[in-house]
Amino acid sequence: MKYTYTEKKDTRSGFGAGLAELADTNPNVVALCADLIGSLKMEKFIEKAPERFFQVGIAEANMMGMAAGLTINGKIPFAGTFANFATSRVYDQIRQSIAYSGKNVKIAASHAGLTLGEDGATHQVLEDIGMMKMLPGMTVINPCDYNQTKAATLAAAKHEGPVYLRFGRPVVPVFIPEDMPFEIGKGILLQEGTDVTIVATGHLVWESLLAAEALEKEGISCEIINIHTIKPLDEEIILKSVEKTGKIVTAEEHNYLGGLGESVAGMLARRRPTPQEFVAVHDTFGESGTPAELMKKYKIDSDAVIEAVKTIINKTK
Amino acid sequence: MSKNIEELKSLSTQIRRDIVRMVHAVNSGHPGGSLGCVEYFTALYGKVMNYNLPFTMEGKNEDLFFLSNGHISPVFYSTLARFDFFPVAELATFRKLDSRLQGHPTTHEGLPGIRVASGSLGQGLSVALGAAQAKKLDGDKSIVYSLHGDGELQEGQIWEALMYGAAKKVDNIIATIDYNGRQIDGDTDDVLSLGDLHAKLEAFGWLVLEEKNGNDLEAVIAILEKAKSETGNGKPVAILLHTEMGQGIDYMMGSHAWHGKAPNDEQLASALQQLQLDEITDY
Repeated sequence: MKYTYTEKKDTRSGFGAGLAELADTNPNVVALCADLIGSLKMEKFIEKAPERFFQVGIAEANMMGMAAGLTINGKIPFAGTFANFATSRVYDQIRQSIAYSGKNVKIAASHAGLTLGEDGATHQVLEDIGMMKMLPGMTVINPCDYNQTKAATLAAAKHEGPVYLRFGRPVVPVFIPEDMPFEIGKGILLQEGTDVTIVATGHLVWESLLAAEALEKEGISCEIINIHTIKPLDEEIILKSVEKTGKIVTAEEHNYLGGLGESVAGMLARRRPTPQEFVAVHDTFGESGTPAELMKKYKIDSDAVIEAVKTIINKTK
Repeated sequence: MSKNIEELKSLSTQIRRDIVRMVHAVNSGHPGGSLGCVEYFTALYGKVMNYNLPFTMEGKNEDLFFLSNGHISPVFYSTLARFDFFPVAELATFRKLDSRLQGHPTTHEGLPGIRVASGSLGQGLSVALGAAQAKKLDGDKSIVYSLHGDGELQEGQIWEALMYGAAKKVDNIIATIDYNGRQIDGDTDDVLSLGDLHAKLEAFGWLVLEEKNGNDLEAVIAILEKAKSETGNGKPVAILLHTEMGQGIDYMMGSHAWHGKAPNDEQLASALQQLQLDEITDY
């Protein structure tokens, strides 16, 4: 396999590292947090720029409104909390005070999806991508490892307009090269193949690489595209790939309703109808467990990707 | 800007004419609270607030205003137009297709003077606090003003924001509550009583000023100036401004009925009869 790793890190630490770099490089960046500094890895930013940090307490609605107000005079607020509290809890605040108002706020959402693990379904948001992508003008990013999350954080600060930046809690392989360019809205062709296109986001990118390696041994060639930006979707990179393979598997740590798979399906229905399998959580809540146990049970691991690839190949024979 | 009190009183009547004409023209909108807040807006934009034209969203080294109870957009739009933020003639587009004057205010259409969208209640105090913190960070000594309905205080986010403002000593903000005691479904005391609001705001750590004559222009200017003198003392400032919903139109006053209802042709004629001026500059 072209990609390998020497260490595992959490994507939230990638966010923390990116934010800390912004403390030094961009005086306009300010940060807010709702009593989760340690979980969001914001300590270094606070250490470097204490006057630019706002602790709001356990009051996410107020945090989102304040972030909107803080944007005056060129400031770039990053508002951080768990993905569930950064979306469903404050959807109306984001909708009116940030998105509709066109405020340059970055919503930093950690502990997204099932892999937050033992805390269970109250905290495992699987609907956030859907909620955020439906807001006009909102950019939605779900990076796949530490390096990509750091790069996405830096890119979000440069981007003019509201951004939803989704990342996670567990340590996962760091396989994206540190110097790989990150461009919002541009997918990355990780691996070329001929039989089936796999489009993956977030933690499912590594799982897809593992799946492709196993499938290769069975003579199935997978093309893997990392879609880190779900909105705006890089339609061309997907279209180019399915022109060649004629079938597609989407993979994500999200409900299949509202997620990346749905965005891809909608785009292909308009531009090039293509048989598709969805590796995603199928319209259910999560539960307590370890990240690996949950990914297995809810069929969002490499085995699930392998199964989906075989299914789509059989269906299109 | 530099108008004398008599001119500002005449302008208040003109703004009331604008409000009833705007809501009548589209048979929708919120005249009650709008009419009640005319003196607040006239005082703010005519005397108290230090702002620059042309309008910029950056708002550097100027006072800022955030309207939280966005449904009283008619008084906001009329005030902005009468103070030269945009052409008065544009008031005729209120709530119509392709207008910058949406039912509830928004930055989305680029209307000068609007700093955030509002309409879904309870959000404006947080936004104003964020702007106030930004001012402090920039070393900008200007003041941030916000206006809220009293019924709006039933929203939980308001109390998150109140807590924050006091805890973090945001003392460059003056939040005014339009204390008219009425909301859509009836008197605020009946719908969901706010209890002893003065004591509650004080208990939340705010300096609370109260003005019983919120429709007396000179009294409103005085209380706003008093509030201004209290900024910078480590506490956020709130004003409980007692107003009358529907102020100036006899059949609208004394009831919640005109919160969100437009007058018909005869009622408009009656309202305009009650709002006579020497010089009328209807749009």
